[in-house]
Amino acid sequence: MSAAASFGRAAGGASSAGTPPSLRFESVALTYPRAATPALRGVTVHAAPGCVTAVVGPNGSGKSTLVRALLRRVALSAGEIRVGDVALPALAAREFARAVAVVPQREEVQMPLPVREFVALGRHVHLGAFTPLGAHDLATIEQSLDRAGMVHLADRRTDTLSGGEWQRVRIARALAQEAPVLVLDEPTTFLDIAHEMAVFELLDALAAEGRTVLLVSHQLNLVARFASHIVLLHAGEVAASGTANEVMRGDVLERVYEWPLVVTRDPAVGAPALLPLRGGSRGRRG
Amino acid sequence: MNRLVVPAGLLLLVVVMLVALGVGAVSIPVGDVWRAVLGEGETQVVSIVRDLRGPRVLLAALVGAGLAMSGAALQGTLRNPLAEPYLLGVSGGAAVGAVVALTVGLGSATVVTLAAFGGAAVATGVVALLARIAGGRAEPRLLLMAGVVVGAFANAVILVALADAPPDRIRGALWWMMGSTADATWPAVARTAMALLLFGGILVVRARELDVLSLGEEPAVALGADVDRAARTVFLVASWLAASTVAAVGLIGFVGLVVPNLARALGAHRHRALLVVSAVYGGTLLVAADVAARSVRAPVELPLGAVTALVGVPFFLARLRRLA
Repeated sequence: MSAAASFGRAAGGASSAGTPPSLRFESVALTYPRAATPALRGVTVHAAPGCVTAVVGPNGSGKSTLVRALLRRVALSAGEIRVGDVALPALAAREFARAVAVVPQREEVQMPLPVREFVALGRHVHLGAFTPLGAHDLATIEQSLDRAGMVHLADRRTDTLSGGEWQRVRIARALAQEAPVLVLDEPTTFLDIAHEMAVFELLDALAAEGRTVLLVSHQLNLVARFASHIVLLHAGEVAASGTANEVMRGDVLERVYEWPLVVTRDPAVGAPALLPLRGGSRGRRG
Repeated sequence: MNRLVVPAGLLLLVVVMLVALGVGAVSIPVGDVWRAVLGEGETQVVSIVRDLRGPRVLLAALVGAGLAMSGAALQGTLRNPLAEPYLLGVSGGAAVGAVVALTVGLGSATVVTLAAFGGAAVATGVVALLARIAGGRAEPRLLLMAGVVVGAFANAVILVALADAPPDRIRGALWWMMGSTADATWPAVARTAMALLLFGGILVVRARELDVLSLGEEPAVALGADVDRAARTVFLVASWLAASTVAAVGLIGFVGLVVPNLARALGAHRHRALLVVSAVYGGTLLVAADVAARSVRAPVELPLGAVTALVGVPFFLARLRRLA
């Protein structure tokens, strides 16, 4: 417990000295209650500080289950999740949120808030029940709004935002947590090209500052350009893991996505790029 | 939120309370009411204001505040702007607890209040369990449906238990099911005030947790909440707050629904502000409703719960339509 407490302090803010912790899923397995087959089988993902690590895979491959396991909404049947040297169960709820900022895939807007107050919720992981927001908190909130490109919408209410604005305001809230580890589940859903690129550039910059960034995404081609390590999931198992060149292989992706495709090389940036072919349903395996 | 919302609400509350002290079989002008509150003027007027109407008006204010805070907290944890203790069956469970204690002869006010807490806790558990069975997880909409069923069952139990109650010894089923402040006493005011301070205080302390709980389970964990434990605690504390009002005045619905939504419309979004604004305006609303209950068909007195339902049901339907 004392190890966890000292970790909580060490990981308490990006400003504190020391290397940010890695986030490691070690041979994680789990089965949802009343499900016939396991949702994850021996999945290992290592997200190292200073780079963007991506988890990709088709719908239902277990990507979001990884995030749910990280948020302790579903119990592991085997393996473990570690934040730095600390196993997940040893972290108290608030210690976890100070070390790892998560943007979950879904979130409700039944109880709308003004955008700035919504982002301020990210500061609460550092504050007591009655501690008012201090100068550093207020500065962090503005900075987070700015980095997510949301300053002009700071006084709007969350239930009046478009899908893309809603995604960015949630990213701003995660930034306000000032956690050394950042986990985002499909953060660019609903975003147009410019905003999607801006989010990827932001994640790249955050990683360059030394943070640990784990990204769950459908955007294989963007992931191939920004992530230094990619884990491809298929039916709850790791189908491939490595650099973009190692994972983005036509035979592997065709088997996993069950659709004919070619992998080319992006002429501008040299990264591997996936191109799904037409007429795939005819050739699709049962 | 505008800085004037709370002071304006408090001013309104005081004005409505002064009016309420003056309205009744003997009508007293506001100036005389104020002097009577201070103990000046005719002894008869002082006695009416201080001994007869004083506890009644104060109890209505406390009950309204408690129900509104309970509703605000339940809406936050369940992420459902239609949640409130009455519709969730929690108040009904509290009433059953109180009525059962009375019918087995445990008539002391303390025991009745504790029995109401027990009944509310059981109802809370049953509602959560029903929703879990029906939906696998505690889905907010299912929780409301389970609550309505538990509430109906509670009403049935009250009717059966009090079918042959001697009207001179035990309050009748109608008193419990439709609520009334008619026989308010100073000890009842004191008990309700203590419950409001204790349970309302706990909710205010946990307001920041409520802020994140209202975003959903996963975001709440991401923001550092111990979700299951926090949700259980808030649910139970909000239920006991409602139960303490039930023990004092019976079942009064829809205050917990209408007032927090009104408070949000006034700009109170974060739960600390929401709880405080709800308390102030909830108190005001119920005192006003009590005045209406006494005066609309005077000298006949309407059940207070019927007045709040007449206001609350159209509101519920309008809010439901906006959700759908």
